[in-house]
Amino acid sequence: MPIITYLLADGTKMNIEAEAGANVMRTAIDADVPGILAECGGAAMCATCHVYVEEEKASIFSEISDVEEEMLECVTEERKPESRLSCQLTIPVGVDQVTVQLPVPQD
Amino acid sequence: MKFTQPPEGEYEKHIVPVKGVSSLNFDPYAAEVLTNPYPHYEELREAGPIVWLERYGVYVVSHYNTVRDVLTNPDVFCSSAGVGLSNFHTEKPWRQPSIILEADQPEHTGVRAVFARILSPRALKKLTTTFEAEAETMIDRMLENGECDGVVDLAHAFPIKVFGDAVGIMNEGREHLLPYGDMVFNAFGPVNGRFKECLANLGPATEWIYEACKRENLTDDGFGAAFYAAADAGEITHEGAGLLVRTTLSAGLDTTIFTMGNALVNLGRHPDQWAILRDEPKRARAALEEVLRYDSTFHSFYRTTTREIELEGVKLDKNQKVLVLVASANRDPRHWTEPDKFDVTRKATGNMGFGAGIHGCAGQMIARMEGEIVLRTLATKVETIELLGEPSLHFNNTVRGYTSMPMRITAKKH
Repeated sequence: MPIITYLLADGTKMNIEAEAGANVMRTAIDADVPGILAECGGAAMCATCHVYVEEEKASIFSEISDVEEEMLECVTEERKPESRLSCQLTIPVGVDQVTVQLPVPQD
Repeated sequence: MKFTQPPEGEYEKHIVPVKGVSSLNFDPYAAEVLTNPYPHYEELREAGPIVWLERYGVYVVSHYNTVRDVLTNPDVFCSSAGVGLSNFHTEKPWRQPSIILEADQPEHTGVRAVFARILSPRALKKLTTTFEAEAETMIDRMLENGECDGVVDLAHAFPIKVFGDAVGIMNEGREHLLPYGDMVFNAFGPVNGRFKECLANLGPATEWIYEACKRENLTDDGFGAAFYAAADAGEITHEGAGLLVRTTLSAGLDTTIFTMGNALVNLGRHPDQWAILRDEPKRARAALEEVLRYDSTFHSFYRTTTREIELEGVKLDKNQKVLVLVASANRDPRHWTEPDKFDVTRKATGNMGFGAGIHGCAGQMIARMEGEIVLRTLATKVETIELLGEPSLHFNNTVRGYTSMPMRITAKKH
């Protein structure tokens, strides 16, 4: 069972056991990870499940689609090269561990 | 089990294709069901996660997890055969299919990206001040009168004004948008008496919409103009831009109007919940989410299998219509604690009132914004909401809402 590590904006670390094929946003919601709102429930419409993916793991996920790219331009937090919408991230079979950093909220 | 008997009595019975699956004479479109669908949904959920509806020859899914699985696997449960009962792959649709709603990947993806940009949270932010000012004006007027109609004076008036302006359509004739939307949502269901009556009373709505969606009849700074600009840039076709304006209008008005009406009726019926919102207007967005869960506007639509697939242990053939009962998923006790309790403090995100996955409502962010602004403005200005008698329910095959809601509201004392 893969572990998803969520590094929260305040520095707290949450290790959540997920299933292969699990969605990073869905896993966070089920585990009540603070900072992932996911208002649209995975429709890639709200940009409220923004995370930063560690650089060496970026390639395990599918590429950023046009829709996700549009939404990433709308994130209220800092947009970085590692930025992804966690609703678009599926843990591939064979991956044991992934770390995602949650962004610092901006007003 | 006592399911609603068909009012007409006779119907063609479709035999369940797989043994061991519950086969029911349940009619989700019967007036008795639409009046108060929730006890019926509970019976349906108890009958199993997947049930055969012999009246229509379709499966229905009503459990939260099953509904989510269907909606988040669009390659298997597709939309291009239409999201209504009729199968576009085998029957001619009543109108030209929408290029976003009734389309699959990869065609769907590019269109969705255009839509996502034009209706993005960033683009919507610019509209906030205008929407807030309009909500204040309307609610102030209602407070001056005291007795008012929550649907006519607010739930209906607000989206017609602000959403119509945001799309950039002409002022005159906007009343045609509602019968058109009513037709679209009835058409997701069967060709029943309700559908036929709606079609007969449609009047010039279809022609009006056709004219309203033309580029020359749109303002140059609205969503409509932005769709045509995307066509100029080669992202979609010009015909596609017109269809997107049509989809935006048909999908974006009745639904928002009904959602706001459903919010008013439930806040009126639950004074304790209204008090929580009134004392903390910043809860408006979460309260709206609970309205979408507890009394969903969209109740059901269809997906169609693209191949043989096993769902909840049942083997479905290719080209099989599946009724997706999102309003039941939103009340499923397998997922929600005390699902039949209206609780504005609940964390209701994850409800599927706007669907889920890549076909989740493309206008959900503007819908949320409209609803949040109206509820927050109400909570800021209004002390009490009192329903005067029973509000008038509107009967539609797919969406739930009210046409009239006499009420009395009083102002907060500052």
